[in-house]
Amino acid sequence: MTASLQLDDQGRLRHFLTLEGLPAPLLTALLDRADAFVDEQGTDKKHDSLLGRTVINLFFEPSTRTRTTFELAAKRLSADVLNLQVAASSATKGETLLDTLKTLEAMQADMFVVRHDASGAAHFFARHAAPGVAILNAGDGRHAHPTQGLLDLLTIRRHKGRVNGLKVCIVGDILHSRVARSDIHGLRTLGAAEIRVVAPPTLMPSGIEQMGVRIFHQVDPALEGADVVILLRLQKERMLGAFLPSLGEFHRDYGLNARRMALLQPDAIVMHPGPINRGVEIDGDIAYGPQSVILDQVRNGIAARMAVMDLILGGRR
Amino acid sequence: MSILIRNARLLDPARGLDVRGHLGLRNRCITHFGDAEPVEPYDEVLEADGQWIVPGAVDLCARFREPGDTGKADFASETRAAFAGGITRFALPPDTRPPLDTPAMVVRVLRISKAVRSPWVAPLGALTRELAGNALAEMSALKAAGCVGLSNALRPLQDPLLARRALEYAHGLGLTIHVFPQDPALAGPGCAHEGPVATRLGLAAIPVAAEVAALRFWISLVEDTGARVHFGRLSTARGVELVETARDRGLPITADVAAHQLFLTEDLIDGFNALGHVVPPLRDAVDRDALRGAVGRGAIDAVCSDHQPHEADAKINPFPLTEPGLSTLETLWPLVLQLVDDGVLSPLAAVDRITAAPARILGLPAPTLEAGAAADVVMIDPDADWTLQAAKLLSRGRHTPFEGWRFRHKVSACWHDGVRRA
Repeated sequence: MTASLQLDDQGRLRHFLTLEGLPAPLLTALLDRADAFVDEQGTDKKHDSLLGRTVINLFFEPSTRTRTTFELAAKRLSADVLNLQVAASSATKGETLLDTLKTLEAMQADMFVVRHDASGAAHFFARHAAPGVAILNAGDGRHAHPTQGLLDLLTIRRHKGRVNGLKVCIVGDILHSRVARSDIHGLRTLGAAEIRVVAPPTLMPSGIEQMGVRIFHQVDPALEGADVVILLRLQKERMLGAFLPSLGEFHRDYGLNARRMALLQPDAIVMHPGPINRGVEIDGDIAYGPQSVILDQVRNGIAARMAVMDLILGGRR
Repeated sequence: MSILIRNARLLDPARGLDVRGHLGLRNRCITHFGDAEPVEPYDEVLEADGQWIVPGAVDLCARFREPGDTGKADFASETRAAFAGGITRFALPPDTRPPLDTPAMVVRVLRISKAVRSPWVAPLGALTRELAGNALAEMSALKAAGCVGLSNALRPLQDPLLARRALEYAHGLGLTIHVFPQDPALAGPGCAHEGPVATRLGLAAIPVAAEVAALRFWISLVEDTGARVHFGRLSTARGVELVETARDRGLPITADVAAHQLFLTEDLIDGFNALGHVVPPLRDAVDRDALRGAVGRGAIDAVCSDHQPHEADAKINPFPLTEPGLSTLETLWPLVLQLVDDGVLSPLAAVDRITAAPARILGLPAPTLEAGAAADVVMIDPDADWTLQAAKLLSRGRHTPFEGWRFRHKVSACWHDGVRRA
């Protein structure tokens, strides 16, 4: 279902909705292209592959950080970019999501970058988009954040030289995390040796082992020998009371500190989708320590998004 | 106008009869049943060789959306669908708008129903005022107005003590309380069964415990009060186990399941298919098989349609934002009789689950083919081999997950109150 929606008859990327089911050669091609864009950063950043194209950032959830990276990616490919924060306006006027899509389509957009708090929103837009209009999922509910997954894979590959055979540990709020789901799909496709997910039972979704991961409720054994550790951001306001007794307790039990760093492979890297909660998911000195690649992730995020946009729209002439 | 249906297979679970014979209808009543030819003449003779004749179905939960939501459907539209589906009586949950919490509202609904010559309506009165869950409705007055039971529909009660008092009070009036067993706090904003599919899709989940906790709570109150409780729309294996154990202990408990729960699982929601968005959610194959087994041995007494017609827009949204519910009046008979082909039920037991059993739950006389009974009769073609097309449904709601399914049994005619309606 997803594959048929996401790929065209020739197996080319038509929309970018999820990493689930994305064929390994296609994923590798995206990473290769992103890699090239990263290498070009600092020199001549501007490309013209999306010249004359219109990209609309359609954000139903506020997110300055993510929106900015999409905007920058599109502009570096010379697209015209429009940013729309539609959460408050159209919904309160009784306009349906479909109305919103069709209205904006009439403005001859070529691509919508969609973020929405409902899982499946990007699929919904893709199913109803006019032919030739591409949907790029910038995060839908708890379901997927495929460009974040892509930039995480890119960061791992650039630092470790490969994804195949690595042991990766994902720590934190797995239940609500679209990043975790996208990372898991991508890591599996590229042949990670083991994917460990670590969280208290309140933040571990039922049946996640069927996605091909090992579940841990204690962080120390999960970190042992890991090549990569990915920390997830805690949404503080939603955690307290029902999911966690306190942020302090979470930090004590799951936070990455110097002692726990010693459990990892000596050359392990530390990742976080940001923005970090210092002293909650990670100690401040580790966040920007020698093994942290968190700022690389941000840099790679622009290249990853450029790669997706370029692959979908760049060749459509 | 009188009609004689000749040489049919007559299935009458109220009397445990599965025989070949003739059925005569005259003056709104069944006038002849049996293998002997009637002496008196009939205006019309219908040769029904190979066809099954059964009583009209009694649907324990169907929403016709009137009053309050006539943008979705109304009595006129759903009446056509009900008769096409072989349903001649249905229990109406009280969650109309305004709800059925006063005798005036009950009378209003019955009047609407009568005006369009709808199937017989068995209204369920609101258990609490405005279904708000914090003050008892006037149960005695609702009973006097025609309510056959009480329910708070899908709405929760605010207070366990109110639930206990509601059971006590209803028990005193001889009324059954119809409960949708789902703990609202455990269900939260969930829209899918808690399991690998919801996890992969990132959908907020409704755990099995939401049903089990509610069942345990209400069963404990039945133990205290002796009141009769009917659990509507079971969805889990553990729920079935609890209900069955309680019944074995002699508690006055009955249960039903929606027909689609006996065929579909959480897999349907993959790809964010909004046709899989129902309440309670579609569970896994173990649950589905447990439900089928329970219907087979009678631990679940009845099967209902849980018909909830929607306008097209209701399902055009990202999955969690779509409205739950399906149009199911016209698939009730075909699905239940599919259970015969699947070896779950005998033909007679299958007919029982949607005729006599639900009538017993509602405290109504069991529909029967016995001479003298009301002429609510359905003819089933047991070898129709047909394919369901959503566009051809008569319900104004066209949301069905059974599009393209091939069925063998088909409702080929329906008489209600002696008049052919489909």
